Amino acid sequence: MATTITIKNLTKKFGNVVAVNNLSLTIEPGTFLTLLGPSGCGKTTLLRCIAGLEDPNEGEIYIGDRLVFSHAKGISLPAGQRELGMAFQNYALWPHMTVYKNLTFALEIQKLSKAQMDERVKEALAEVQMDGYQDRYPREMSGGQQQRIALARMLAYRPKVFLMDEPLSNLDARLRMDMRGELKRLHHVSGATTVYVTHDQLEALTMSSTIAVMKLGVVQQLDTPDRVYHFPANLFVADFIGNPKVNLLEGVVKGNNQVSLGKFDIPMNTNAATGDVVVAVRPEDIDISTQPKDGAVQFIAYSVLPAGADSTIIARLDELEMTIKVNGISKIKMDEKIWLTFDPDALNLYDKKSGDLIASHV
Amino acid sequence: MATAIVEQLPLSQRILANIRRFFHWLSSPQVILALIMLAVMFYMVIVPLYRMVMTTITYSENDLRYAKGAVAGDFTLFHWVRMLTTKIGMMMTIQPLMHSLTISLGATGLAFLIGGSLAWLVVRTDLPGRNAINVLAVIPYIMPSWTIAMAWKVMFNNGTTGGLPGMLMFWTGTPPPDWLAYGPFPIIISSGLHYYTFFFLFVSAALMSIDSSLEEAGELAGASRMRILGKITFPLVVPALLSGFIMTFAKVMGTYGGPNVLGVPVRYYTVSTMIRSNITVGAVGDAFVLAITLILFSMITININQKIVGTRKSYETIGGRGFMSQKTKLRGMRYIISAAVITFQVLIASGPLILLTWSTLMLRSGNYSLSNLTLAHWIGVSDIRINSGEPGILRNPAIYRAAWNSIRLSVMTAFFTAFLGVILGYSIVKLRGTRLGSYTEQLAFIPYVIPGIAFGAVYITMFSKPVGPIPPLYGTFALLVVVSVAKHIPYSSRSGVSAMLQVGRELEEAAAVAGANSWRRFRMIIFPLTRAGFISGFLLTFITTMRELSLIILLVTPSTQVLSSLTMRYSENGNEQQANAVIILLIALVLAGNFIIGRFSGGSLKKGLGG
Repeated sequence: MATTITIKNLTKKFGNVVAVNNLSLTIEPGTFLTLLGPSGCGKTTLLRCIAGLEDPNEGEIYIGDRLVFSHAKGISLPAGQRELGMAFQNYALWPHMTVYKNLTFALEIQKLSKAQMDERVKEALAEVQMDGYQDRYPREMSGGQQQRIALARMLAYRPKVFLMDEPLSNLDARLRMDMRGELKRLHHVSGATTVYVTHDQLEALTMSSTIAVMKLGVVQQLDTPDRVYHFPANLFVADFIGNPKVNLLEGVVKGNNQVSLGKFDIPMNTNAATGDVVVAVRPEDIDISTQPKDGAVQFIAYSVLPAGADSTIIARLDELEMTIKVNGISKIKMDEKIWLTFDPDALNLYDKKSGDLIASHV
Repeated sequence: MATAIVEQLPLSQRILANIRRFFHWLSSPQVILALIMLAVMFYMVIVPLYRMVMTTITYSENDLRYAKGAVAGDFTLFHWVRMLTTKIGMMMTIQPLMHSLTISLGATGLAFLIGGSLAWLVVRTDLPGRNAINVLAVIPYIMPSWTIAMAWKVMFNNGTTGGLPGMLMFWTGTPPPDWLAYGPFPIIISSGLHYYTFFFLFVSAALMSIDSSLEEAGELAGASRMRILGKITFPLVVPALLSGFIMTFAKVMGTYGGPNVLGVPVRYYTVSTMIRSNITVGAVGDAFVLAITLILFSMITININQKIVGTRKSYETIGGRGFMSQKTKLRGMRYIISAAVITFQVLIASGPLILLTWSTLMLRSGNYSLSNLTLAHWIGVSDIRINSGEPGILRNPAIYRAAWNSIRLSVMTAFFTAFLGVILGYSIVKLRGTRLGSYTEQLAFIPYVIPGIAFGAVYITMFSKPVGPIPPLYGTFALLVVVSVAKHIPYSSRSGVSAMLQVGRELEEAAAVAGANSWRRFRMIIFPLTRAGFISGFLLTFITTMRELSLIILLVTPSTQVLSSLTMRYSENGNEQQANAVIILLIALVLAGNFIIGRFSGGSLKKGLGG
């Protein structure tokens, strides 16, 4: 039942602004693909092009074997004929209709019988754990409940593809956490190809089977969450993914597997890189000690931010600032001397000019 | 890569693709609706304007008397030269223009003083009886703009130009001076008292939107009350004040009723009354020169407004969710001020009506004593001794015809206007950011800058001959509907846009994704959600059309007479009691309409005015 989505050379402009730039992407059947990027990166536009809510300026889109859009051939299937379901950021429940009416809107167009509709509504509401709510109006429900109903509306007419445009961003933090679990479960059960748009990297990392990180209308990296996190393809992705942010340190490669960061050198275990580089090291990959240690570099604890399960420490060496994450509540005091050790197996090296990954840990 | 695909296709397929793309573009509802609207507006606004300009630069049959050897239809600057440079021009253009400017400035200033101070009292002080003041402020707006002018005549007429002697003269025995009875002074007062509602609504909305924390910040910084008012509050409402000032100014410039009642009898002409008088004697070209002058003035003022407000508008968004926690305390004065304000408002709202009613109850005109009261003018049968044999209002078939015409005109105009509003709102909002969308929006704005009397003038020559499939409309009732609908397009498109913006595009998109075609989306989603806006637009248009005069005065014929134009005819013929009775009937109908529609829809006049 799962469907492939193929996008070829897609370009969408708004006036002079290029929102999606000659983008090609194949979304394998059953994938949970997240389009991730800062606002204005074209992720929502791409989703809307797939949905048929925008007409691209160039390129082709296939849903399954069906050509739903082709600029060259002048084809553009209306959204309603593309057999997909969409969840919107603000739920987009029709406020003048009850839950039942909201859910059966599409079913009436498909000319289902009353009995079939009742059956579908019951099923869909059960799936989002909202049984018994069919007579409510949207305004009589909380935000979380409304979003569940919006999902149920999408499930009720059984589309081949689910499109979701930041569906959780209007919910409060706690509810968002719960809904992430449920959405992932929903995808697991239905197996439908899902395209999910978000600017929240945590959402992308926790839910997706594949992440497409976008910037200025171009996909920067298409990979599993694990690889996007550990092997960012370029400095943009490295910087965008991870909380607290990755440490990016400018340096020069010296011989004998050393990178000079000016004040000190750190070891690396690759020979692939030469010249000016940027070293990326995740905050959790830096070891911290309150005692001098062999090969460790002395810093000052500039600020200490304990957060229960983990703590963030901002360390400074003159101008150089470093973010370190440790488990549990840190006992380090502000302005205390600390010693940092860099694990050569946890470094990524990027070309300073192009920003591309040139060498990574294994 | 993408272009490579295009080049591989043979020419025939590329053409086919272009045709497909074109139809796909055309088939989206917002595009096709916008195109239809553009065509309709082009026909209703651009073509008549073009014709009007052309009329001023060609000879007409009528002009041949003055211009020897000219041929009708030839190009000439004769009208412009005559109207702008000669002695006649001085009399027919410059002087009326001066009069119009005097009246507009005066009336706007008065409206500003009353409306602005009322708004400040209601919003920023602890004045009791605020709700009553709010409601009373809207009442003058419901009445035709020349109601107060007519009542003024009942009160102050001094017999200089005949007609009923006024009440003042009857009680005191001495005629009031001419400056009090006629000309600029009474016109300014009566228009100012009518238009203060605009200011009141404008300024109170602006004052309410100021976040009180802005003022509190000033107070914490140690500023005095007066300093806060002068340095913080006032600068924040300046855009609204200016905007209200210019809108009122433009409105008074084009007003016809008051100057006709209080100015024309003493030959105090404004541009609008001069246009009418030119049209009446067949000098259409001259009238159009005046109309174009008026349009230019109106365009300039509105342009200034947009320039000033446009650059300062950023202020307006600062507030938004401000709730006034601090109100100026009026202390012991509050009840006295409140009583004074309410008394004033009640006087403005009911005084004219009482005067007008009284005048219709007098058996012998000019005798205001109680013994002279009668219902003859209302229900009397035709009697040669009363009113030259005219039957009472309620027995007069001409009145019923006019009333029926008024209702018909208002309902039809309101319906078509609200309908166009939904369509325009939909296509403008959906096409935001495209050229088609901005053309539609701009074209829809044009009637706004054309004063009512000039807009009516535009339609005189238009449709006098059949154009395409449309039969000649001059003198028909349909022409009145067309001109009223056309004049309302800017308001309807604006309210349509704001109604549509509230719907949120996702609601429609969700329906599109679910497989609903455009008609179903409109029927099931858009219309139900914009119905409230549709109804309040309908109500507002109904009321404005009911009391519209300057727009249609040049276009009515005896068979298409409506109540508002009938009052003018009676007034001009010296049948003032009939004229006054018709006004009262008109106001009663407006109130009834307001009540009925409000009853069934929950929409209210105040809501419509605010939008």
